[in-house]
Amino acid sequence: MTVVAAISSPSPGRLSARTVTLAHGGGGKAMRDLIADVFVSAFDNPVLAPLDDQARFDLSPLAAAGARLAFTTDSYVVDPLFFPGGDIGRLAVCGTVNDLAVGGAAPLYLSCAVIVEEGLPVEVLREVAKSMAAAAREAGVAIVTGDTKVVPKRACDKLFITTSGVGAIRLGLDLGAHRVQPGDVVLVNGWLGDHGAAILGARGDLALETPIASDCAPLHRLVAALLEAAPGTRCIRDATRGGVATVLNEFAQASGLAIEIDEERTPLRDAVRGFCEILGLDPLYLANEGKIVAVVPGGEAEAALAALRGDPLGRDAAIIGCAAAGEPGRVTMRTRFGGSRIVDMLVGEQLPRIC
Amino acid sequence: MKYIDEFRDRRQAEALFAAICRLLGRIPVARERPLHIMEVCGGHTHSIFRYGIEGMLPERIELIHGPGCPVCVLPMGRVDDCVAIAERPEVIFTTFGDAMRVPGSKKSLLEAKADGADVRMVYSPLDALALARKNPDREVVFFAIGFETTMPSTALTVVQAAAEGVRNFSLFCNHITIVPTIKAVLDSPDMHIEGFLGPGHVSMVVGAAPFQFVAEYYHRPLVISGFEPLDILQSIWMVLKQLAEGRCEVENQYARIVPDAGNSAALRAVAEVYELREFFEWRGLGSIDHSGVRIREKYAAFDAERKFAVPNARIADPKSCQCGEVLKGVIKPWQCKVFGTACTPEHPVGALMVSSEGACAAYYQYGGVKQQRAGAA
Repeated sequence: MTVVAAISSPSPGRLSARTVTLAHGGGGKAMRDLIADVFVSAFDNPVLAPLDDQARFDLSPLAAAGARLAFTTDSYVVDPLFFPGGDIGRLAVCGTVNDLAVGGAAPLYLSCAVIVEEGLPVEVLREVAKSMAAAAREAGVAIVTGDTKVVPKRACDKLFITTSGVGAIRLGLDLGAHRVQPGDVVLVNGWLGDHGAAILGARGDLALETPIASDCAPLHRLVAALLEAAPGTRCIRDATRGGVATVLNEFAQASGLAIEIDEERTPLRDAVRGFCEILGLDPLYLANEGKIVAVVPGGEAEAALAALRGDPLGRDAAIIGCAAAGEPGRVTMRTRFGGSRIVDMLVGEQLPRIC
Repeated sequence: MKYIDEFRDRRQAEALFAAICRLLGRIPVARERPLHIMEVCGGHTHSIFRYGIEGMLPERIELIHGPGCPVCVLPMGRVDDCVAIAERPEVIFTTFGDAMRVPGSKKSLLEAKADGADVRMVYSPLDALALARKNPDREVVFFAIGFETTMPSTALTVVQAAAEGVRNFSLFCNHITIVPTIKAVLDSPDMHIEGFLGPGHVSMVVGAAPFQFVAEYYHRPLVISGFEPLDILQSIWMVLKQLAEGRCEVENQYARIVPDAGNSAALRAVAEVYELREFFEWRGLGSIDHSGVRIREKYAAFDAERKFAVPNARIADPKSCQCGEVLKGVIKPWQCKVFGTACTPEHPVGALMVSSEGACAAYYQYGGVKQQRAGAA
């Protein structure tokens, strides 16, 4: 990535405060120190460094990367801030990178806006910023602009982050669920429900100890490998909130086809299955942060599977079902037991059953 | 997964299906019309839909989804009482998750929470007691709901709170008992049920004896059943076997969990804390004598109904709702006037659309194959 203005960082004062106060959002020296010491030093890139009101970059490198722009935004409010397998910072980078990736875009630049509840230890913010920086390096993107607000106690819960992302899509690539055809095959790139189970476990109010870690990871390289191996790929979506079940319903509705999946071929760890058994949850609705659902033409299914399995983030990829003419918009699952049931959109939040 | 997958084995299921079909031929009534078997418990209903069991059964067997979902049968007036308690500023209102969405006449607990009430989801009444210890300046109320399955745990929590002298903890008691309800279903003139799958986890507490009347007075077979798909199939097979052999008995398929005599320690705890109410109001079924319990005088200090003034209003079920007829097997969920139109899981009109254990919600969510067949016909 070529960068426009390489201006050296201003020399910031090291932040002495231990906790974030309203003063750090006041626009004065305290804020400038917080931004410089916590964020600029971590994100460390020349586009961000001037701390102008906007990031500026040339169009030519963008044009070299593709023919169309992809632009996305997402907010992250996860509780707890740190959980097995990740933290809110890693999530904020990977989530937005993945939103670009599943459109077939190569992610390039991110923004980062944080809303901090006063009283948050500066050390926590520093850890989150470091984690964002590490995730951005891993994904090969730069965090080039940002904003910091501090709000009074209880006006938000500890820390909220919004990231927006810009990426480039190569000429001719147009992914969309409306392109799904009967006979197409549905794939996922590995174990489902890890993130949702890890977060519920990490909240601690269940008194359940689980070995499950979030799957939070940037998926654009995996998606690129898939698109190369299966150029006819119809659509891809990351199965975040609402899980795989929700994505499949969106695909079925947009395509006007029926989708049938096979429970036996759906990758679920024993730990996640057990977790869901105990709590009365359905793993198909648990959130993922490192999983895609892809639909490819039947003839490219094996190539797609091999490409996914060739990536470290797709080793446990599987073909889980197919699209067919049938009741339009309906998703069904052939159960391990031999029966069939509808997999509907979730109504509201998944609430555990009592007995 | 060990101890789970064994009970979901497809080959075993196929063998059981074959055996069920063979037995059906030996039951005279099944030649004239479909056999009606009621699974009493909402847990069974959930399993039946989750594993697609209904669609695998021969068409001559119809499963009637009974009244055993405690969340579903909670009347609107009681939910209003919950909301009234939860909205008191000093109260932390604790509840099991799926009770959050049950609609009251004005709002559900979920909506009360959004309006600022301190409503928290817990997984055990002991978690609520722990909250009370941690928040001595607040009143912690636990929404006690469920059949005999959950009664012992709430009873023991009250006993423990009393022993520790915790003063800021109470139960809003909505426990109900299953036996009078099965009786009410059996006494209903429009009832056509040939046999029952008895509630497994209730029986774990109360044992098999309380269900004897079903066999002795009403001459219907009842098989206490587990919740895994093979449990349910085997129990259906056991009911059919009794019918084919002209027997009416209470049998225990779930012997790995249910001792015939029940759990005496649990029963003692229940008897220590609770006594029968003269009657209790059920959504869809109306008032049923001796079908609920309340907290005994001895533990009055832990009774939220005594501690807080609640509106205690009786709110009639909406007129359009046909839950009662569905519960008794008179109509199928999708034959109800408002099913899937005015009444959906997002906006439930009737009780059975509320929890995923309710027959209508299960049909709506997981889809009844028989419903699809009926629709296609």
